[in-house]
Amino acid sequence: MAARGLDLILHRAQVKLCDKLQAKTQSDGVRRPYKEVIDVFQGDLHRAGMKPLTFVRQVLAACVYPPLINSSNLPLDVRQRAQEELGRCVGGSVGSYSAAPGIPEIIHSISEFIKRRDGGIPSHPENIYISPGSQWSISNILNVLVNREASPRTGVLIPVPCHNKTVLSITQLGAVAVPYYLSEEQGWALQVEELQRAHESAKGVCNPVALYVINPGNPAGYVQSQKSVLEVIRFAWEKRLFLLVDELYQDCVYGENCEFVSYKRALSEMGPPFSGTVELASFHSVSKGFSGECGLRAGYVELVNLDPAVMKHIHTLFSKDACSPVLGQIALNLMTDPPKPGDPSYLLYKQEIEQIRTVLVHSVKKVHEVVNSLPGFSCPPIEGGLFAFPRLHLTPKAIQKAKELGLQPDTFYCTRLLEEGGVFTGPGWEYGQKEGTYHIRFCIAVPQDVMEELLRRLSSFHMTFMKDFS
Amino acid sequence: MKSMSKITLQLQRCARDITNMSQQAVNGVSHRGRVLTLDSMNPNVKRVEYAVRGPIVQRAVQIEKELKEGAKKPFTEVIKANIGDAHAMGQKPITFFRQVLALCSYPALLEDSKFPEDAKQRARRILEACGGHSIGAYSASQGIECIRQDVARYIEKRDGGIPSNPDNIYLSTGASDAIVTILKLLVCGEGRDRTGVMISIPQYPLYSAALADLGAVQINYYLDEDNCWSLNITELRRALSAAREHCNPRVLCIINPGNPTGQVQSRQCIEDVIRFAKEEHLFLMADEVYQDNVYAEGCQFHSFKKVLFEMGPEYSNTVEMASFHSTSKCYMGECGFRGGYMEVINLDPEVKAQLIKLVSVRLCPPVPGQALLDLVVNPPQPDEPSYATFMKERTAVLSALAEKARLTEQIFNTVPGITCNPVQGAMYTFPRITLPQKAIDKAKELGLVPDMFYCMRLLDEEGICLVPGSGFGQREGTYHFRMTILPPTEKLKVVLQKIREFQLRFTQEFS
Repeated sequence: MAARGLDLILHRAQVKLCDKLQAKTQSDGVRRPYKEVIDVFQGDLHRAGMKPLTFVRQVLAACVYPPLINSSNLPLDVRQRAQEELGRCVGGSVGSYSAAPGIPEIIHSISEFIKRRDGGIPSHPENIYISPGSQWSISNILNVLVNREASPRTGVLIPVPCHNKTVLSITQLGAVAVPYYLSEEQGWALQVEELQRAHESAKGVCNPVALYVINPGNPAGYVQSQKSVLEVIRFAWEKRLFLLVDELYQDCVYGENCEFVSYKRALSEMGPPFSGTVELASFHSVSKGFSGECGLRAGYVELVNLDPAVMKHIHTLFSKDACSPVLGQIALNLMTDPPKPGDPSYLLYKQEIEQIRTVLVHSVKKVHEVVNSLPGFSCPPIEGGLFAFPRLHLTPKAIQKAKELGLQPDTFYCTRLLEEGGVFTGPGWEYGQKEGTYHIRFCIAVPQDVMEELLRRLSSFHMTFMKDFS
Repeated sequence: MKSMSKITLQLQRCARDITNMSQQAVNGVSHRGRVLTLDSMNPNVKRVEYAVRGPIVQRAVQIEKELKEGAKKPFTEVIKANIGDAHAMGQKPITFFRQVLALCSYPALLEDSKFPEDAKQRARRILEACGGHSIGAYSASQGIECIRQDVARYIEKRDGGIPSNPDNIYLSTGASDAIVTILKLLVCGEGRDRTGVMISIPQYPLYSAALADLGAVQINYYLDEDNCWSLNITELRRALSAAREHCNPRVLCIINPGNPTGQVQSRQCIEDVIRFAKEEHLFLMADEVYQDNVYAEGCQFHSFKKVLFEMGPEYSNTVEMASFHSTSKCYMGECGFRGGYMEVINLDPEVKAQLIKLVSVRLCPPVPGQALLDLVVNPPQPDEPSYATFMKERTAVLSALAEKARLTEQIFNTVPGITCNPVQGAMYTFPRITLPQKAIDKAKELGLVPDMFYCMRLLDEEGICLVPGSGFGQREGTYHFRMTILPPTEKLKVVLQKIREFQLRFTQEFS
């Protein structure tokens, strides 16, 4: 079976945790010191308690039920916008298929957004494909890159730690994931020497064709410096690697002196021969940032410097998937082309964005403060992204107990944290980490009061846990 | 926040440093070829074709562009009768569904008295089941639990009480997503042991595309055009034994009601297929997305699941099967929501665990599509305020389709050179066209398959976009096209008329 490569152990742990969560607190009659589980397992803003953007939801509602376009209860710009969006849908309905790469005007809007973001560097609409979430396009591009008949097998360099979806796609396609370790001591920096080592290690094992980078990071909250981005591009050029860049968290940058620079922009600034030859796929989505619309499933890929003959096949590949959900495409458009100053909805929109930003900045500070104040717990400053990935310094006793239970030490910690503390987090081993180190991951896009409660429960649980296994 | 120009300056400075450091490397390395070329790419992807959105559609889009720019043509619009998209052709959505979905999108509308109470109730229930009470949160990869329960109940009701387990229901991004997922699980082996998948000819080209992509072996079994596109067990046997020479046949796909052919399988036929699958140890994939689209007198939709269970435990305990449904067709026509599900029967528990993992890679199906599916399986009941309007709208859509099915068959059969089987169900007609030898020769000259040549000419001369039969598969030496019956009745009549005129002209030109 094509699917056999996926790690069963990984999955069973996840399901076990999920079941525990769904069973909630009432079903087993056990008294617990919390009324509700705080679910920060995924990078899911709404699930964690953040609110959707009003403008987005108003426009979507009017698109879904067009009589609302005549409703005086909705602001004028909402109604106008809904009318525009519907005008771009075939038959004026969000229920019809769109063109396979996406609604052309929305793709154009995305290319304009990319151009603005990148200081005027042009973005070509024919290089952009919308898909149901970024993982869908990552799978499609990997599918084109991975030659199952090749010997040695195709390899893809992946960061450690790394969220597990892309890794699953790689192994499912029969390719080899070649890990390169981010440097925890340097705030999870990506070091070219480590890329070099990883690339070397692949000799005789597989043929590395691609380099997967996440910037800003997931789960580790780093934001690559400009120098780092440029060095990675140069490395990809030297070693003939296709660059796959996951930039979903580009709006989530908090660190002082931190700046998001897109790989596209950096590549362009490097000029020839790099700018015209390094093959690049950049991914973005409506799931993260301030929209947080994970459930709508909409993301896009921008392809740069690809062989036109290959692009034809990529087009066919996306065609057989029918199209992305139209509501998701519209949400993507609203993200890349939001209300402007002077629009009736602008002030509220701006206010809501600022509120989310304030929450994130506050969370990041608080988490860093609290975690570092606890014994056996440490965390570098969270510069970007939506997660905290603090390190657990577990005692030999705790590690031993975990072994006895047949669990990874950080899975053991997370399971206990869920059961006793009522906080649902992810164990570090699911994302990969240096041997002998342990971490947990949790989403930090949580309303202020919930974050306070989360940190209170985490502190209390952690102290008890460390004491129990001292 | 630094200004854009400041970032650019910094970046340029930094880039110069990096590229200067590379100068030696650059000088030493000859022109860097691309990593991803036709030679290095996945050879399977090169074999993928999808006629429904293929070259003819690209040409149609080109013509539309030209029309927009003011080009003069013998027509003012391109009629896209190539794709099974009801709303694109003017069909209206079901009011109740859109009301509930609007309430789910913007819950503040729950305070709006213009929305009926039953719609609000459904919306509240759906939102309650969503993370953070938002359709913007991820759901479980298998789909929202209470929706899966509703789907199971719907299946039980449809199938006369035969139990359906919600754990066997997997919500998906349209039925296509679920079909590809199951195929991924089933396709394995190398060389002569490579998985073979039986598919009808003609077929919906998602199957051939998916099989090419997965490097599976496609095993064609021909539907009988002379007998209303019926399925013949003898033909299945022939195809299977021939296939056993070069692959390991493990799967049998059947589309009922059929696409592109529109046939609705008889109950006897379904029983025969199930028996065959059991005897030959084949996994059954039953694509039933058109289950509400049945028009012909004497025809009835029988779900594979129902028939399987009515055949008794000897079959229902052993035959492995997956049935697929979607929100894109029937009377809803909500293609753009990408809602769908599959029900799996007798799947090995270990395989199910793998299935969960496979679907988790893409996180979850679109939540609005899941919500819509919930409404399809849980529509207004007779005692609810929205019932009357709902039934009126549903009946109007289905009866219009039935009328158009009848009209299409009738008119096409009066055109010399076109023969058309009854459109018993689904949304398409797949008539056979007789092409003069001169036309076939001309096509060859131009490097085109004959029915593609025919369809391209029809598109250029009449602005009607159909899909050539070669995109679906057909017996050697026969030619067809697939046309949807979705344009509004008056427009459809015009389309049929134009095709008739074109057919006569074309035949005359190449006589």
